[in-house]
Amino acid sequence: MNKRSLWSGPYILWMIGFTVIPFCMILHYALTDRDGAFTFRNLLAMFEPVHLKAMTVSVEVAFFCTVICILLAYPLVIAMKRLGLFGKSYTILVLILPMWINFILRLLALQMILSNNGVLNHIFSILGLPPHELANTRTAMMIGIVYDYLPYMIVSIYNSVADIDDDIIEAARDLGAGSLTVFFRIILPLSVPGLLSGIVMVFVPSMTSFVTANIMAGGKIQLIGNIIEQEFITTMDWHLGSGLSVILMIFVLLSMAFTSRNDPDYGMSKIW
Amino acid sequence: MSDVILRLDGISKSFDGKQVINRLDLEIKKNEFVTLLGPSGCGKSTTLRIIGGFEKPDEGCVIFEGKDITALPPDKRHINTVFQKYSLFPHMNVEDNIAFGLKLKKKSRSYIKDKIEYALGLVNMDGYGKRMPMSLSGGQQQRVAIARAIVNEPQILLLDEPLGALDLKLRQKMQLELIKIKKEVGITFVYVTHDQEEALTMSDRIIVMNKGIIQQMGSSKSIYDEPQNAFVADFIGESNIIDGIMKRDCLVNIQGVDFECVDVGFGKLEPVDVVIRPEDLTIVKRGEGYLDGTVISEVFKGAFYEIVVKVSDYEWLIQSVNPAAVGSIVGLTIIPDNIQIMHKPISEDAEVIKDE
Repeated sequence: MNKRSLWSGPYILWMIGFTVIPFCMILHYALTDRDGAFTFRNLLAMFEPVHLKAMTVSVEVAFFCTVICILLAYPLVIAMKRLGLFGKSYTILVLILPMWINFILRLLALQMILSNNGVLNHIFSILGLPPHELANTRTAMMIGIVYDYLPYMIVSIYNSVADIDDDIIEAARDLGAGSLTVFFRIILPLSVPGLLSGIVMVFVPSMTSFVTANIMAGGKIQLIGNIIEQEFITTMDWHLGSGLSVILMIFVLLSMAFTSRNDPDYGMSKIW
Repeated sequence: MSDVILRLDGISKSFDGKQVINRLDLEIKKNEFVTLLGPSGCGKSTTLRIIGGFEKPDEGCVIFEGKDITALPPDKRHINTVFQKYSLFPHMNVEDNIAFGLKLKKKSRSYIKDKIEYALGLVNMDGYGKRMPMSLSGGQQQRVAIARAIVNEPQILLLDEPLGALDLKLRQKMQLELIKIKKEVGITFVYVTHDQEEALTMSDRIIVMNKGIIQQMGSSKSIYDEPQNAFVADFIGESNIIDGIMKRDCLVNIQGVDFECVDVGFGKLEPVDVVIRPEDLTIVKRGEGYLDGTVISEVFKGAFYEIVVKVSDYEWLIQSVNPAAVGSIVGLTIIPDNIQIMHKPISEDAEVIKDE
């Protein structure tokens, strides 16, 4: 070991203590039963209807939240590109300001806003609109997830889009491209690295979230994360919980591998 | 219809309260090679961007083939631009870059293929179609950028300091190629540069700009030989610019000595700027010229010696094929034709940029 790599020692110790050893323990629990005998049963439990359904809901929720984040992020990022330096810094400050507050506090605030007697329905009633029972629904949960992870998507895409030279966009316009063509032929392809890292940063945590479901959906929706949580905390079946975790981890790793293979710059590896 | 293809009518433009272009009028004829020449910040690039549609003028209008196109966005104009930084699309190969405009115009595949081949040949880049822009040198990228603009058969091609990023040798080669391309495709070129040599080499007509105002328009030769004010004289080539007083028609007093000249129509005893090109001054023996002075420096420049002769408090710059010994006292003479007399500038807008 040379001198410089010694500096990474504290971090390596940390990683061994809090990532490598727990991971080995999870693997051990996943592949054994209560008597300590080797088994695949905990892994195959994923294919039980209850678990499969939770997995499907998780993928759906993660997928739609990611799409919503992309649709919200691109127009903002393109608008930001036209702002001056002050406008850009100000917008980014506004974006990351909520991230300085603990996400559970943020979710509790959102819960208040969306609750049946909350701020949103109060505004609806002033406007003469019928009340919306958003509390404890999948919509409320997705609003919570999008709210939490949108800044990651915006910052990732922004980093890519800000690198595109204005001259290139002007050249496209000069050659006859309207705004839509400029977006689909120039801005979108050139921001693929940022888009992919944004997808990973939103999709993966959405897939595995369970606190958001607990708070925003009032425990009425079971994501795969909620099932795993219950196995560990309520049922105390660490073997089954570990088995489901390993399958979820494999799924997440596969989806990340898929995105990075389609990334021309392997830009994601810089972040992960 | 007249052969004027583009007319700028009273264009003004300011950025953050700073006036960049001031009531500019300009006519560009079909098939002309026009160069906007001036120091950085003189408004030449902004003028080009207004023609291209990338900036809207605060006042005035842009008339293209008799129609007002001031409000038209760049993608709706029959004008294409070659940018200073090449600005090729980095995610497309050379062919796709060139085909970009044609595909948007929904041209047939065979038409596009022929055009790409023709354009690559025109800019001497045959066989580079599948290469990515990043793998090309600066000169090659600029050739592709020219090809990409020309395939669209624009009525006017705008070139914004396209050779600025290239080294001297390559720049000179590309200048000649641009003239050749211009002859072959027969479209109007509007060229922006701060390089006076580039302007003199290529242009049919040069428009010298400073501080958002046209200082002079004319052919290369007329701009060089007969600058209308001290700014133009100073900017186009090196010059001796010195105060003089017009005694009467064809007689000017410089440094207390009367010089014969060919200029008429100035007021009696009017203070004037006198411009004399360094190559027009001849060094003679002491007492045989108009002025006597001391040689204070001599630098060999290859084709000539650059000699500085100090006469009282003014240092004359002279280009001569013969050397002169530093410290010796020599005479200076000039033929009347080569003395250029100009009115003193009325406003500071036409002031000479003094060398720092």
